[in-house]
Amino acid sequence: MQKKLILDSHLLDITLSRLCQQLIENHSPFDETVILGLQPRGIFLAELIHAKLEKSTKKSIGLGYLDTTFHRDDFRRREIAKASETRVPFVIEGKRVVLIDDVLFTGRSVRAALDAMISFGRPAKVELLVLIDRKHTRDLPISANYVGKYVDTLATQRVLVELEAQGHKQNKIWLINKD
Amino acid sequence: MSRLSQRHLLGIKNITREDIELIFETADNFKQVINRPIKKVPSLRDVTIANVFFENSTRTRLSFELAQKRLSADVINFSASNSSVKKGETLLDTVNNILAMKVDMIVMRHASVGAPHFLSKHIKANIVNAGDGTHEHPTQALLDAFSIREKLGSLSGKKIAIIGDILHSRVALSNIFALQKLGAKVMVCGPPTLLPKFIGSLGVQVELDLHKALEWCDVANVLRIQLERQQIKYFPSLREYSLYYGINKKMLDNLKKEIILMHPGPINRGVELSSDAADSSHSVILDQVENGVAIRMAVLYLLAGATA
Repeated sequence: MQKKLILDSHLLDITLSRLCQQLIENHSPFDETVILGLQPRGIFLAELIHAKLEKSTKKSIGLGYLDTTFHRDDFRRREIAKASETRVPFVIEGKRVVLIDDVLFTGRSVRAALDAMISFGRPAKVELLVLIDRKHTRDLPISANYVGKYVDTLATQRVLVELEAQGHKQNKIWLINKD
Repeated sequence: MSRLSQRHLLGIKNITREDIELIFETADNFKQVINRPIKKVPSLRDVTIANVFFENSTRTRLSFELAQKRLSADVINFSASNSSVKKGETLLDTVNNILAMKVDMIVMRHASVGAPHFLSKHIKANIVNAGDGTHEHPTQALLDAFSIREKLGSLSGKKIAIIGDILHSRVALSNIFALQKLGAKVMVCGPPTLLPKFIGSLGVQVELDLHKALEWCDVANVLRIQLERQQIKYFPSLREYSLYYGINKKMLDNLKKEIILMHPGPINRGVELSSDAADSSHSVILDQVENGVAIRMAVLYLLAGATA
């Protein structure tokens, strides 16, 4: 198994700051904007970005978690994943929602997330922020509005996001070749 | 692991503690789902489920049907009273005819003990036992244990008294299995004629005095007198039963500690429970009904997913 480092702690910090600046540009003053992290791995990134945004805007911004397990299109086609908590502590109706996930791969999780989100109401606008966009691997016509880094990958490769918030020593993003 | 050890839910006896915990964790998520503005998820949209009821039921059938609809499954309902069973069709023929219409799962209630177990040996579809005679009623036991877990955090070491007609109750047997697998201490309480002879072999305490049982327990699960299953008289009169084994609010208020009062329904008000007890703050009877939908969604979801 070969591992290649895509982003280290320092670069990740710069990338996150840039993503926050882009969000501020488009969403300031954040009156109608809420953030939804996708379970299970997008929530750590969502928390990081949420903390950075609140710090630099000095506003309180809604943060929720969305689990897509029951909305996936591969149920009964592969081993079922364990569901995680969904917590949406605000009204989605009429809001501008920023969905956050760590890696954008086939786009199927995002499709399921859109479906899951709509059962809470009809947002005014939905945007997608991902840390890593794996190019040329999409199964569905889905693209992200904010991208930390584009990475050329093969379908057989895997992107591994290790964040301190998940219990890792350092923030590191890896590209892994499966032999 | 995120799958059950079994393809069917025939009883609590043949599932593991891990299975029960997986069902509870999944039900936690479905309880969230049924409290959303849109209470439906698309998970089972390519699954067809037949509810086959050879015995009367209101609550269980409605609860299963709602659970199936919340999961977007296609549902057909069959009740024996207006069917070809009356014309002499066998159980296996009836079910095979339903399955020939491309049905994936069967939820069955039957008056005969072991009917779903028999069926599971002859058909491919997943089977959920919704009550077989006086034997098991697994989803009721799961929702009872889930409701206790919700109130008390965990079942480990908790004292649960099952009170009333134990002899004719499938709820009692499934509850005993489920509670013991989750580490709770179980007591049964009722008139000696309504306690089965084998009860000692299940490792439960037996108490004939209702007051002692109430003093002992954290949770009292009260059962109905199943007159429809009693061919002979097991006690002199309902009035006398109620005098010795009926629970009222005053008895609950006089206890040293707060206990939780449960009942699987339907309640015979004034017999096993007085109205003021059934409607008191001790009672979680309607929480049980709400949890029933979440538990049944979890069971159907996990069984459907396992067929892949």
